[in-house]
Amino acid sequence: MKIMKCPLNGPRNISEFICFGEVSKMPCPKKVSDDEWADFIWMSNNSAGVVQEWWCHSATAYWFIAERNTVTDEILKTYPASDVFTERIDF
Amino acid sequence: MPWNLLKYGLAPKYPARRDIPAPRDLKKSYDVIIIGAGGHGLSTAYHLARYHAINNVAVLDKGYVGGGNTARNTAVIRSNYISPEAVAFYKASVEMFKNLSNELGYNQMYSQRGQLTLAHSDASVRTFALRAEVNKHLGVRSEIVDRQQIREIVPCLNMDENMRFPIQAGLWHRDGSTARHDAVAWGYAMRAAQMGVEIHQHTEVTGIQVNAGRVVAVQTDRGTVKCNHAVQAVAGMSSVVAKMAGIRLPVRSFPLQAMVTHPVKPFLDPLVSSSDLHAYISQTARGEIVIGGGSDPYELYSTRSTLDLKESLVANTLELFPCIAELKLLRQWAGITDMTPDYSPVMGTSPVKNYWLDAGWGTWGFKATPISGKCMAETLANEKAVELIQPFRLERFKTFTLSNEAGATAASH
Repeated sequence: MKIMKCPLNGPRNISEFICFGEVSKMPCPKKVSDDEWADFIWMSNNSAGVVQEWWCHSATAYWFIAERNTVTDEILKTYPASDVFTERIDF
Repeated sequence: MPWNLLKYGLAPKYPARRDIPAPRDLKKSYDVIIIGAGGHGLSTAYHLARYHAINNVAVLDKGYVGGGNTARNTAVIRSNYISPEAVAFYKASVEMFKNLSNELGYNQMYSQRGQLTLAHSDASVRTFALRAEVNKHLGVRSEIVDRQQIREIVPCLNMDENMRFPIQAGLWHRDGSTARHDAVAWGYAMRAAQMGVEIHQHTEVTGIQVNAGRVVAVQTDRGTVKCNHAVQAVAGMSSVVAKMAGIRLPVRSFPLQAMVTHPVKPFLDPLVSSSDLHAYISQTARGEIVIGGGSDPYELYSTRSTLDLKESLVANTLELFPCIAELKLLRQWAGITDMTPDYSPVMGTSPVKNYWLDAGWGTWGFKATPISGKCMAETLANEKAVELIQPFRLERFKTFTLSNEAGATAASH
């Protein structure tokens, strides 16, 4: 079983986690053009290499960020979202 | 005797049969460059040469013919999808498969055995009823079968009412069939090569030169080649190659794991699948049981296998077929599935004028090999996407006219 290190719960089985895809910046819905919005909704970088992703430890509903290599399946780093998002984001 | 055999084998009088000519240098330019020598790319090349008199074509592949996802699928051919556009598309493909051995003069080992999809929940039964009606309306043979009929179609299936997910009903699709995936790729390769198509294996595309919205040349590790048109047919690497042309795709790539057991006497004629248990099982012509599952839970470009996914797949399979519990696994592998948000492919035009897409083939690529080649060739020859693939155009994600396909068996919905 593959192990992932949760910033809150420590090392846990990978099956306890859910991946929510690459960290991306949401464009402002009020200012953005239709095409850019469609791009944000549907398109994906789908990068082959190191990506920064949202993950959630489902048992504790704890969301965090992981850096993972999508070619080698190596988890390089995991850290709380507060390391990246220092300000509150309103929708 | 051994010496005679060796002498015979090495005699220049009896050269080995080559399905495609020996490798040669790349030309400076081609009318069409097809990236990817899998089933789809080769089928496109074949149809271009055979039906549109375009034979100044190069098919490039970083590996070898049919060595990517063409070799990694479970060779299920069916057309019992749910959206009318998909049913029409895959029905045309099934029709082409029926005659493919004759068309190519190459035994495809095509065998129409019927495909049974099992429902273990009320929700699945409802979806199947809808699928059956859509299919019948469009001339595809699908019907709902009850537990007694299922017993007759597949006598060895576990029909116990006390199991975790008892079988409630099934969707019986008489047109369901299977073929030899290598024969599909090599059949197209051989006939395309005979008509002048150049197939360059071990030729990796490293970049695509785009100038003023048009592809000018394709860079490879064996030099740069000019072209009038370029097509990408690289299942498993769709996003990576499209990115070279500056195109973003609505694709996320996941591994899909499968395995086969050692061969046993024939006992399972139809292809069986379960959308609730995310498993599909069939017996090959040489007796192996092929077991395929759903995609992995997170995106990855590695075709490694994992014990937990294999375990859950085996557990689900044994729930359906307890009789194969003693069989040993012979081989296991994974393919890379390019999943799209609506479980439909991305085909036809792209933002780059003479760059054509054959992407987003998720778990539904093999069965579309003949028709997608035919459609892509016609699209290239006329420089306009044919009607059959219009619903699968990339622009659908801009206009929010998605083609939601809930009939993709292994898909996670």
